[in-house]
Amino acid sequence: MATVTFDHVWKRYSGDVVAVQDLNLDIRDEEFLVLVGPSGCGKTTSLRMIAGLEEVTDGTLKIGERVVNDLAPKDRDVAMVFQSYALYPHMSVRDNLSFGLKLRKVPKPEIERRVQEAAKILDLGALLDRKPKQLSGGQRQRVALGRAIVREPAVFLMDEPLSNLDAKLRAQTRAQILRLHQRLATTFVYVTHDQIEAMTMGSRIAVMSAGLLQQVGPPQELYDHPINKFVAGFIGSPAMNFIEMTASRSDGKVQLTSQDFTFPVPDRLRESVAALSGNTVTVGIRPEHLELGEAKPGDATLRATTDVVEYLGDEEQIHLRAGETEIIALVNSSARVRPGDVLELRVPIDRVHMFDDQSGLSLTSRELAAA
Amino acid sequence: MDPRLITAVIVVVGVPAVLVGYIVATEQLLRLAPERVKPRIRPWLWLLPAFAFLFVFLVYPTIRTFIYSLQNSAGTEWVGLRNYFWFFGSSGALDALLNNVIWVVLLTGLVLGFGVLIAVLVDRVRYESVAKSVIFLPLAISGTAASVIWLFMFSYQPPGVAQTGTLNAIVTSVGVAPVTYLQTSAFRFNTIMLIIVMAWMWTGFGMVIISAALKGINPELLEAARVDGASEWQVFRRITFPLLGPTLAVVSTTVTITALKAFDIVYVMTNGAYNTNVIANEMWQEMFNFGNFAHGSAVAIVLMVAIIPVMAFNIQRFRAQEAIR
Repeated sequence: MATVTFDHVWKRYSGDVVAVQDLNLDIRDEEFLVLVGPSGCGKTTSLRMIAGLEEVTDGTLKIGERVVNDLAPKDRDVAMVFQSYALYPHMSVRDNLSFGLKLRKVPKPEIERRVQEAAKILDLGALLDRKPKQLSGGQRQRVALGRAIVREPAVFLMDEPLSNLDAKLRAQTRAQILRLHQRLATTFVYVTHDQIEAMTMGSRIAVMSAGLLQQVGPPQELYDHPINKFVAGFIGSPAMNFIEMTASRSDGKVQLTSQDFTFPVPDRLRESVAALSGNTVTVGIRPEHLELGEAKPGDATLRATTDVVEYLGDEEQIHLRAGETEIIALVNSSARVRPGDVLELRVPIDRVHMFDDQSGLSLTSRELAAA
Repeated sequence: MDPRLITAVIVVVGVPAVLVGYIVATEQLLRLAPERVKPRIRPWLWLLPAFAFLFVFLVYPTIRTFIYSLQNSAGTEWVGLRNYFWFFGSSGALDALLNNVIWVVLLTGLVLGFGVLIAVLVDRVRYESVAKSVIFLPLAISGTAASVIWLFMFSYQPPGVAQTGTLNAIVTSVGVAPVTYLQTSAFRFNTIMLIIVMAWMWTGFGMVIISAALKGINPELLEAARVDGASEWQVFRRITFPLLGPTLAVVSTTVTITALKAFDIVYVMTNGAYNTNVIANEMWQEMFNFGNFAHGSAVAIVLMVAIIPVMAFNIQRFRAQEAIR
């Protein structure tokens, strides 16, 4: 059980390639922290620095109270589940599980006890004498988890452990890992590029992009109050709609206009939008917040033509087009929208996000932080 | 024009022309065959020239050699196994056999040991391909040339005279008496020196193959072992080395066969003198020095029989490898 602390950590490779820039992140004891971001954002590098598989170029990395910058992986008391599972092909499942314990000279009965326990938790009992080659993908994945469990480490590190599983197995294993986290009550650091995995699993999520940490927080916070355009677009599925509009102020009225739409600005954002008068403001609307039907006073509306409809059972994902703008809306499937339909969509203006086009920062969150 | 040039042109142009002619002719003939049997006949027709060459240059000579080995040296009467009795009763031949055993053990050990060591080391340096090329280079040299190079290395002059041999120049420069590398047969010292020459040539071969296998190991396996608590040595011993197993088997069988067939280095450097003889050189001497084709053939058959189990193991290994893929 331990915390992990990144204090101004940098990772540079030769040739001035910066993988991780000035990372400051406190991973709390027993928390399930998900590092998420597109490929190449530095999330795996950060995880590998915790494991000791990458050197820290600059800054301090601590596990618990111990600075681990120069500590070999074997001395860090962490266990890692790799994307490829990295099971030792020449060893049986039993030997794969006990390898780390044997190296640490754990007494034989204790090894046996831990292996049996892990096998029970992960339902590996019947597979202990098989070689990795004789296992299915899901079974290999469980052995990889088991190899981490038996170690009883201070921190669990997982590098995209579900990406090689099919959709159904992935959902099952997701729940299995969460159950494991509850049961073991240990710090988990989990890397994924899949925001759904991040949202469903993380007690907190750290979003990274281009080597920079963008925002850290519980899933709800990232969803409701993304700090910038990147986080807003990355978290949530389907992704947030962005519409570029121009801020203007005329006879005391502040509004946003584009070629196709005009939005009123809610009172709480009047000041900040007015300050950007004449500049571009990106308006962000989550597809699930758009509603079919007539506008109430004070709300904005979007008028757009239906392009394609994806039926999802309970809901329909509608792709719409209004002039140059493409919009996705998620509505109740009872509406039975058809391609070609011209729809009037109500935009609940209180749930709309606005971003300074220059900095990408959210005007909405800034307002919130000030309050 | 030089008649040799004409011969060369005929060979270069003629041989492919005959083969192309053969293929064109068989394809023409195939048209006459019913559609259903064509795919079954065609591969055999294409393989036939290869089989023919194999028979004429390998199978037939082997059979002839075996027959010679059962006849007297003039080939006029059958003598049963007398030539083999001679082989196993002759101290010279048995000495050569013993030397071959030393060759097999030591050459395989050296090539595997240095092959693994260098493959692991070059994996960690920046100019890997350059380093590998340099170490692989001796294999491209003919055994004869390598022997000549090493004759200079081992060259001996009596004490007091300037040493022209590299090794003795070094040895005498630190005040030690010059060493007769190729003439000292105690503890088979000279045979070991000859094996070092062969190892110098073949280490590159082992290194290249082992290096390729090393690169085929998923680096995440090694990282997993490190996180699991293994030191670098334990990673090598518990993960890398076992995973190299099949490759090491292939290299060692190949080198074993090379050691059993060792000839050129011995022939050029000592010609078997001072107890350095090996089976292949014994065969050569029986055949061409003493003109005893019967003895020579018997030695050849002994050599072949010695190689068969290694070869069989190699093929079986290869099949097992293929099955894994």
